[in-house]
Amino acid sequence: MSSYRRALLYAGLFFAPLFCVQQANADWQLNLIEGATEISRSVYSLHMVIFYICVAIAVVVFGVMFWSIFWHRKSRGAKAAHFHESTFIEVLWTVIPVIILVSMAVPASSTLIDMYDKNNSELDIQITGYQWKWRYQYLNHDIDFFSNLSTPREQINNAETKGENYLLEVDQPLVIPAGKKVRFLLTSNDVIHSWWVPALAVKKDTVPGFINEAWTLVDEPGIYRGQCAELCGRDHGFMPIVVDVRSQADFDLWLAEQASLKVAAQQSAEKAWTQEELFARGEEVYQTSCLACHQANGQGIPGVFPGLVGTELMQGDPAGHIDAVVNGRSGTAMQAFGEQLSAVDLAAVITYERTAWGNQGGMVTVQQIQQLLGGE
Amino acid sequence: MASVDQTMSDGHHGPARGITRWLYTTNHKDIGTLYLLFSLLMFFIGGCMALTIRAELFQPGLQMVMPEFFNQMTTMHGLIMVFGAVMPAFVGLANWMIPIMVGAPDMALPRMNNWSFWILPFAFTMMLSTLLMEGGGPNFGWTFYAPLSTTYAPPSVTFFIFAVHMMGISSIMGAINVIATILNMRAPGMKLMQMPLFVWTWLITAFLLIAVMPVLAGVVTMMLMDIHFGTSFFDAAGGGDPVLFQHVFWFFGHPEVYIMILPAFGVVSEIIPTFARKRLFGYASMVYATASIAFLSFIVWAHHMFTVGMPLAGELFFMFTTMLIAVPTGVKVFNWIATMFRGSMTFETPMLFALAFVVLFTIGGFSGLMLSIAPADFQYHDTYFVVAHFHYVLVPGSVFSIMAAAYYWLPKWTGHMYNESMGKLHFWLSFIGVNITFFPMHFLGLAGMPRRIPDYALQFADFNMVATVGAFIFGFSQLLFVYNVVCCIRSGKQATDEVWEGSRGLEWQLSSPPPYHSYSTPPTAEQLSKASH
Amino acid sequence: MQQSPSNHRPLLLRLTLLTVLMFGFGFLLVPLYDVFCQITGLNGKVLNTGPVTEVGVDTERRIRVQFIAVNNEAMPWQFAPVERELTVYPGEMKHTAYRVTNPSVRFMVGQAVPSVAPSEAAEYLHKVNCFCFENQPLQAGETKDMPLLFTVDAALPEHISTITLSYTLFDITPKAQPAATRLPKDSRRML
Repeated sequence: MSSYRRALLYAGLFFAPLFCVQQANADWQLNLIEGATEISRSVYSLHMVIFYICVAIAVVVFGVMFWSIFWHRKSRGAKAAHFHESTFIEVLWTVIPVIILVSMAVPASSTLIDMYDKNNSELDIQITGYQWKWRYQYLNHDIDFFSNLSTPREQINNAETKGENYLLEVDQPLVIPAGKKVRFLLTSNDVIHSWWVPALAVKKDTVPGFINEAWTLVDEPGIYRGQCAELCGRDHGFMPIVVDVRSQADFDLWLAEQASLKVAAQQSAEKAWTQEELFARGEEVYQTSCLACHQANGQGIPGVFPGLVGTELMQGDPAGHIDAVVNGRSGTAMQAFGEQLSAVDLAAVITYERTAWGNQGGMVTVQQIQQLLGGE
Repeated sequence: MASVDQTMSDGHHGPARGITRWLYTTNHKDIGTLYLLFSLLMFFIGGCMALTIRAELFQPGLQMVMPEFFNQMTTMHGLIMVFGAVMPAFVGLANWMIPIMVGAPDMALPRMNNWSFWILPFAFTMMLSTLLMEGGGPNFGWTFYAPLSTTYAPPSVTFFIFAVHMMGISSIMGAINVIATILNMRAPGMKLMQMPLFVWTWLITAFLLIAVMPVLAGVVTMMLMDIHFGTSFFDAAGGGDPVLFQHVFWFFGHPEVYIMILPAFGVVSEIIPTFARKRLFGYASMVYATASIAFLSFIVWAHHMFTVGMPLAGELFFMFTTMLIAVPTGVKVFNWIATMFRGSMTFETPMLFALAFVVLFTIGGFSGLMLSIAPADFQYHDTYFVVAHFHYVLVPGSVFSIMAAAYYWLPKWTGHMYNESMGKLHFWLSFIGVNITFFPMHFLGLAGMPRRIPDYALQFADFNMVATVGAFIFGFSQLLFVYNVVCCIRSGKQATDEVWEGSRGLEWQLSSPPPYHSYSTPPTAEQLSKASH
Repeated sequence: MQQSPSNHRPLLLRLTLLTVLMFGFGFLLVPLYDVFCQITGLNGKVLNTGPVTEVGVDTERRIRVQFIAVNNEAMPWQFAPVERELTVYPGEMKHTAYRVTNPSVRFMVGQAVPSVAPSEAAEYLHKVNCFCFENQPLQAGETKDMPLLFTVDAALPEHISTITLSYTLFDITPKAQPAATRLPKDSRRML
């Protein structure tokens, strides 16, 4: 009897945490979210149906098993029977699962077919995965930006209290209108990433050299968060996705705002920047774009990412330094930042690198960058 | 085969003394022991890596290790556990048990047997040494998707490829040996459909190994050529395709996961009848189910790639074939339960592990069924739900079956009984530890935590903490197993030849421990009939 | 059934042969995959080449063709379609181009890799002449328009109304250095 009591005790221990988490708060989220689109809701209901079928099968199967374990024990004096085959019953428990599976396959297929209907989109957005950030290009508008993790390094290194959206916040979210079919064209700049927002039930790999399609139609405005889902190297865990869904009116306002920001950026490039201004701005740019590899102290990681302190590149002719940052280094993890950063940001970050950590390279002006960018 | 003839002509004396016994041995029992000890060592090395991962994930933020080292840990943990712990453990069991179970004096090709074991220590030394190399070890996940593992890989990837080649050769040689033993060396009068199920599942596994390990060798060779010889198998710039890598890899990879579970089915099918004191229900259907699972494993591979952007028809095809696997797997579970039904059960340690196998493997099967539904898989793919799924089928699946087998046959191997209460304590701690570790991972995955991340958002904090506590309970309770095995080898109550009350099969007709050379003369028809009833 | 070692030889040979065959099969998967891609248009990876005569323009139907440019990692060229999208009749031959500038201070060679979405449309988008057929050398600071001549097959399934054609530009300077010394043909610039 003692083993029976032990089993009960164990069962209690095993299920205790489950009962505790019944008072589900955000920290103990147990289940898939229903999400914000028709597709995500049908995925959710599919998930629940299969889950309940599995639970039902488990109750029957484990029920019989535990019943035998309890009643057909030698310690209760059970004598073993001699039967060991039955074609009828074998056929029965082959056919019944097949029927259950078919009943699962029907709704699954119809949801899948809905997901593949990519026609009649009203907004097309190209999403490009980079190590380790996302780039969003609005194909019907002149909008193109990068979306970086905005959680400060101090929070990641436990020097500061972690914010509410720790690791799920970005500097510039993807903005889309509610109630409109939006088509995503996904590709990658380097390795395979995967763009995933659970609330939209969209997860698609971005494969270098190839283009993938996905779409969504979000009913309600709101902020929806996701993450890269395919291992893509060092900072795979640090490239979140934030989708800011706005009403059509707000979205139009946002579009106008983007256009005026573009003008402002042009004006700032024409202004005369001092070394201090560039240094301060460069420090911020360095933190979002360079720190992951070259580290906060500019020492890099020996054997993997080169250090930037006291090197010839940092202190010699600025042209070489600018070329490395703007055009990248082929065959290494050093990206071409020419397309990612504005001329001001490039000048700022290069100035920062050339004057921080005791480097004596001196300042680089916005005009120098513009000349080297192709004499604009 | 000179060495065999030599020992034969010298009569049935014991093994050579000292280290040469192990270096030069061609004896299936010695080689089996070597495989098992090697896999135990790898289990602990891979386990330490798992604990490093769990320690880092105990709290949000980066505390213990940096992300690049974390990625090396996840990669190496997977590779070591799959190729170093689970597969060699089953080969070890095959070496020990298959010749005895089919009434053969030894494996068919004893010298190749020695060779196939002794490759492994070199392969894994090389694999582990990459961690100390400049740029670190492999950091691209055990599935090593291109281009992360080619263009973007650390320089040590070449050594990784070479290590994979060596372990592949070792597995193939082991598999050839198993097939030759089973097909050519069975006792006179033993028909295929009279073989124990462990032998059957291993025969099918061995064919799977021969079919897919060369494909793995092929895919890593292509990687090698892309990295060093300028080809473009997986590089889009030269007309290749990174998705091709995934297709070829999973053509190997899916049969590979069945290579890790089919022998476990065999072990459990040996243990449950023994402790239920009742013949296995549906022997023939078990064999057919195993064969169907093996066949299906070749046509489901792309279910690992539902999000890669396949055409609709492809998604549907792979979804349907994957769902079909539930049928033969279900038949197996039903047969085990029918075996227990109206038996006369006792619950020694091997039986406890086998019962836990049935329950927890089935839970892993259910999550597998959920994953097969392509539209739902878009939400589960590459999250902790997948991590929970494959750990449920591999840890309380394969690993528990290996533990069960070790306890089941340990008295036969050593001639001593292990300590039963310590065995039961080991079981309960493992069982509780496994569930505390992996059950919350289902919740984490559904809540949206991607796999292979060194740091996570705050809403995942509590379940991660629980999982880490479970991992340490599970990890440290394995030391009990080692202690129990050591005690059992050195001392312990003398075991009877039959060991278990309900045992049948040829292995239980030998003395405990069996003579160094067993069944030099084939078992008689009387012995065979005693073994099968 | 117990046998002496020499009797294992036939089985051993067969199993070794199987191993070798499966190793070969691993490599055979590469061309098989290409065939598979040709049939299903997986990844939009269909290289429809060669001349197609203009037969039967279907003016009843209009197809939107979108053009996308992607730079692969460390490729500094400015690369963009001259026209973002075109509306075409099935069967109609269309010219367009991608404009590319090499802003760097060195000679470089690029290779564009095409991809089509949705993937099932790939086999109906015929690229009669495409800059992706050969690699593209560009002197420092040089700009050029790279031509594309294409037609959409009238057999395009009814439910497809938009086709996206993407090009990813890779820097293949190290690999292509010797072959790329010849100058680009002027005739191609005209298109």
